[in-house]
Amino acid sequence: MESLLQLPWAIAMRALEYPMRGIQRLIGERRMPYVFVLPNLLIFGTFVVVPLFINFFYSVTGGTSLFPDQRPFVGAEQYGYLLDCEDYLKPFSCREDQFWRGIYNTITFVSFQVTAMVALSLLTAIVLNRRIAARGFFRSVFFYPVLLSPVVVALVWKWILQREGVLNAFLTALGGDGIVFLAEPQWAMFWAIFVSTWAHMGFYTLILLAGLQSIPRDLYEAAEMDGTSHWRTFRRITLPLLWPTMLVVLVLSLIKSVQTFDEVFVLTGGGPGTATQLIVQYIYSTAFATQVHNFGLAAAAAIVLGSVLLVLTLLQMRLGSGKDKD
Amino acid sequence: MKPYWAISMGATTALALLAFAGPASAATELRMMWYSDGNEGEVVRDLLDRFEKQNPDIKVVVDNVAYKAILESLPVQLAAGQGPDMARITDLGGLSKYYLDLTPHVADPEYWRKSFGPYLDWYRKPGDTTGIYGIQNQLTLTGPFINKTLFEQAGVAIPKEGATWDEWAAAANAVAKKLKIPFPIAIDRSGHRFAGPAISMGAKFFNDKGEPAVVDEGFKAMASRIKKWHDDGTMGKELWGSVSGSAYKGANEEFANAQVVMYFSGSWQISQFAKQIGDAFDWVAVPQPCGPAACTGMPGGAGTVAFSSTKHPKEVAKVMEYLASEPVITEFSARTLILPAHVGVAKKGVDFKTDIKLAKDALSAFTGHIGKLSPIAFKLQGYAYNRVLFNAIISRLGQVVVGEMSLDDAYARIPQDIEAQLAEQARKK
Amino acid sequence: MRRAIAFLTRRRGGRGWHPTDVLSYAYLVLGVVMMFGPVVWLVMCSFKTQAGLIEFPPSLLPYSQKQVVVEGYKEPLPLFEVKLPDGTTKPMAQVRRIGIISQMVDPANPGQTVRVRFEDRTPIRELSFAWENYTTPLAQFNFTRYLWNSVIVTSVATFITLIINSMAAYGLAKYEFRGRTSILIFIIGTLMIPISVIMVPVYLVVTQFGMVNSLWGVILPGAATPTGVFLLRQYMLTIPDELIDAARMDNASEWQIYWRLIVPLSLPAIAVLAIFSIMWRWNDFLWPLIILTRNEVYTLQVGLNAFQGELQVQWHFVLAMTVVTLLPITLVFAFLQKFITTGIASTGMK
Repeated sequence: MESLLQLPWAIAMRALEYPMRGIQRLIGERRMPYVFVLPNLLIFGTFVVVPLFINFFYSVTGGTSLFPDQRPFVGAEQYGYLLDCEDYLKPFSCREDQFWRGIYNTITFVSFQVTAMVALSLLTAIVLNRRIAARGFFRSVFFYPVLLSPVVVALVWKWILQREGVLNAFLTALGGDGIVFLAEPQWAMFWAIFVSTWAHMGFYTLILLAGLQSIPRDLYEAAEMDGTSHWRTFRRITLPLLWPTMLVVLVLSLIKSVQTFDEVFVLTGGGPGTATQLIVQYIYSTAFATQVHNFGLAAAAAIVLGSVLLVLTLLQMRLGSGKDKD
Repeated sequence: MKPYWAISMGATTALALLAFAGPASAATELRMMWYSDGNEGEVVRDLLDRFEKQNPDIKVVVDNVAYKAILESLPVQLAAGQGPDMARITDLGGLSKYYLDLTPHVADPEYWRKSFGPYLDWYRKPGDTTGIYGIQNQLTLTGPFINKTLFEQAGVAIPKEGATWDEWAAAANAVAKKLKIPFPIAIDRSGHRFAGPAISMGAKFFNDKGEPAVVDEGFKAMASRIKKWHDDGTMGKELWGSVSGSAYKGANEEFANAQVVMYFSGSWQISQFAKQIGDAFDWVAVPQPCGPAACTGMPGGAGTVAFSSTKHPKEVAKVMEYLASEPVITEFSARTLILPAHVGVAKKGVDFKTDIKLAKDALSAFTGHIGKLSPIAFKLQGYAYNRVLFNAIISRLGQVVVGEMSLDDAYARIPQDIEAQLAEQARKK
Repeated sequence: MRRAIAFLTRRRGGRGWHPTDVLSYAYLVLGVVMMFGPVVWLVMCSFKTQAGLIEFPPSLLPYSQKQVVVEGYKEPLPLFEVKLPDGTTKPMAQVRRIGIISQMVDPANPGQTVRVRFEDRTPIRELSFAWENYTTPLAQFNFTRYLWNSVIVTSVATFITLIINSMAAYGLAKYEFRGRTSILIFIIGTLMIPISVIMVPVYLVVTQFGMVNSLWGVILPGAATPTGVFLLRQYMLTIPDELIDAARMDNASEWQIYWRLIVPLSLPAIAVLAIFSIMWRWNDFLWPLIILTRNEVYTLQVGLNAFQGELQVQWHFVLAMTVVTLLPITLVFAFLQKFITTGIASTGMK
């Protein structure tokens, strides 16, 4: 059955062999990488690079028109508007305070969420790596929420967390007072972080589990012979050997975390007040959710966000590759 | 390891070949984008089925979409020239540049002027006084409901017509205190809901030149009450406090669960209450609470419009004419429990299709509010960029309620937000 | 069996219970509750009536008020447990309610009505599943069409993504050529940028290609994922160059090296990307919502959303349809559970 399904794929690849060989003859082996890179670059260029340039153009123009040629040039005005602050550490002193609230909320969200994500998936992976009964079952249990869409995840939890939700019913049954979780700024942020960790940790757990399983067992046996303590074994053997896997998890979870939008948006709507309004939500609502579609301001915010992220990514790469060489 | 991922690929290659074939049809196919709060989608489909039977050469496809798509996706589609032929919308003034003027295409423009007279202006561009662009097939009014049973249980007298907001607040608080109800008053989190009470308090919303001037003494009177009510527990934080920006949030579930004494929302709740509450308790629409200036709510609603980008204006007009005809409007209102805007139908009255007497009473109570609306409320609803105003108001007052900013900050920010957006809007090449 | 109950840590073979074992199991059990609980709750809620959904405190199972047919009344009447003045209780049906007084009738004695105070009656409830939450929307909702569209989008997009990303990753990992560094910088630079922030210009581009309301408009823009290229390239860097050189010696063309050597060797990483892509495409919502506004091209996630109006959300339908969208992916997961979890697990991600 399986080989039958594989067949079309194999035929397609086979069929490409001859034309590809022809192309290779024509342009020479040294130019072949262009052939490999081309399809991806075409799509990437059309749907990412070109829009990025249009976006830049939007950010230096004003008005509400969708078409670049109908937009008046305004120079750096949108950027000036965004960056007009008395004190950059106090979002409310800024002219566009929502943007800065978004930035600070995102910093809080990302730092706690990535930490929680890495810590919890590492813990879960370590537990799952022990000799336990029904490991396959438990592994699937932790993975299952990964399958749910962000919208569903948020809906389910919103349903649980609301004033008349099941969690409050539980708290009142225990004799406590119900808490309106999503109306308290700190609770709302907590749950936003909790829920997005809940939804994605299964994926990272599996990656880390794979990393743990690839650590040679005899290292542990040797450590045990020497009477090394558990904690020491963990620090001296597990962590260093797991580092490359950890790095993948860190990069992926950081990327996902910065991009978080729909699940928090559906869960808290960015509230209470603006306590959980993340930067992506700010950009999205500036461009779409207002009656006056302010594409210019949204684009400028996206460019600012993009440049910060670019610097961060490059720093992280440097850090990652430095560690790798140790 | 087995390349099981090839399963998906193998299957795909076959599927891909079949996937993108579109249907072909001889009749003129028209597209109508439609959102539903309740059963409107079903009812309009039913009505259009009958239309198609009479007009076999026209086929109307109703695309049921989320309201979010109407609000966020439709304007972008129209701007890109990719819109549908018709749509049910609520941003009546904001999209006016895309409408098709039906005047030359309909048989009797006079019928439209007579039937939808007061509302046609909401669809027009500034300066336009004659165009016919849409069918106001839903009229909504904001207004208060109370849980009368709670009043009776608590032995508190229900304030009479003409009672002020403060009297209502005191009564609702008395009931809530006696019966341990969590929310004495709930008001939808929406700038549009806030506007009616603010006008009652004396807010004018526009200056003498007709430009928006939102923050005045009347506005402040209502805004400071909202703040006070949140601080003293008259209003619960989770409505105004729990989402950000212009997001809407209602308290219909809490009200249906007898957790709210007085709920300021609007006529559209009636059909849901009929289903959710039935006659589990007496839910009653009461007169508009008053302020020094007026006792008013806000009008609103949805309309069906045709877009000038359509390739079949004649057929579109035919559909619109059918949907605007008196029997169709009457049936639509009766089955959806929506107040009719059509002047003739409203005058005759609609026999709403519900067994629940409370719903009928509430519908007639709201019909009674229509004549008492403040002219400012009408003007505000007809202002093309009213959503800019509403959004600025609600997002800043939301921040005030959770303590992120003071009332004075909000008074300073609201006009700034409005000015910035209107300036962006006005910028043209 | 002995092995199953011999809860031992991997590192300490065969020495009986250890406190950490107890902790591990406690953690796993908590995990099952935390991870499955919400979903079970969702499924239960999806069977509740509109009135049942907003009840507080909520019940786990869907209940609704029992109704009885009483002689002399056309409609079935709701049944209440009534406390009578003499202190006894009795099930009675409510005829009507005026203010805080109910008019009740004993089903056994339909001729006589009694007036009962509001507080003295409690509804009698019975377990009932509101199947209409499922049947009503499925009747108006072209479910098979939406399912089909979702399957098409997910599989075609994943297929394209895997091919072009793996090709590009191979080109970037194993060749030196002019422009490589700039391509890499662009790819790494866009790694973190969420598509939602450049939605407007992407929409404009999609419009120019006439792909609004077409599944291609959903499939293509996200196909060249920088994350995918980055992930695969990192993996391919670990494949020794000697293998490629040896293949060249054997006169293999570059294309053959790619699909006969590199692809099989990178399968673990490709599998991770495949799962990533399938989950993302199946659950993608915001972009399809903007692009797809005609019913016949709706994906499940967009169709599901059509129950959210301006002023009302029909929660009973939303919840039921959410369960319906969960079903296929849960079934696929249950079926391929071993493949998926061991697939990621065997990547040995480097």
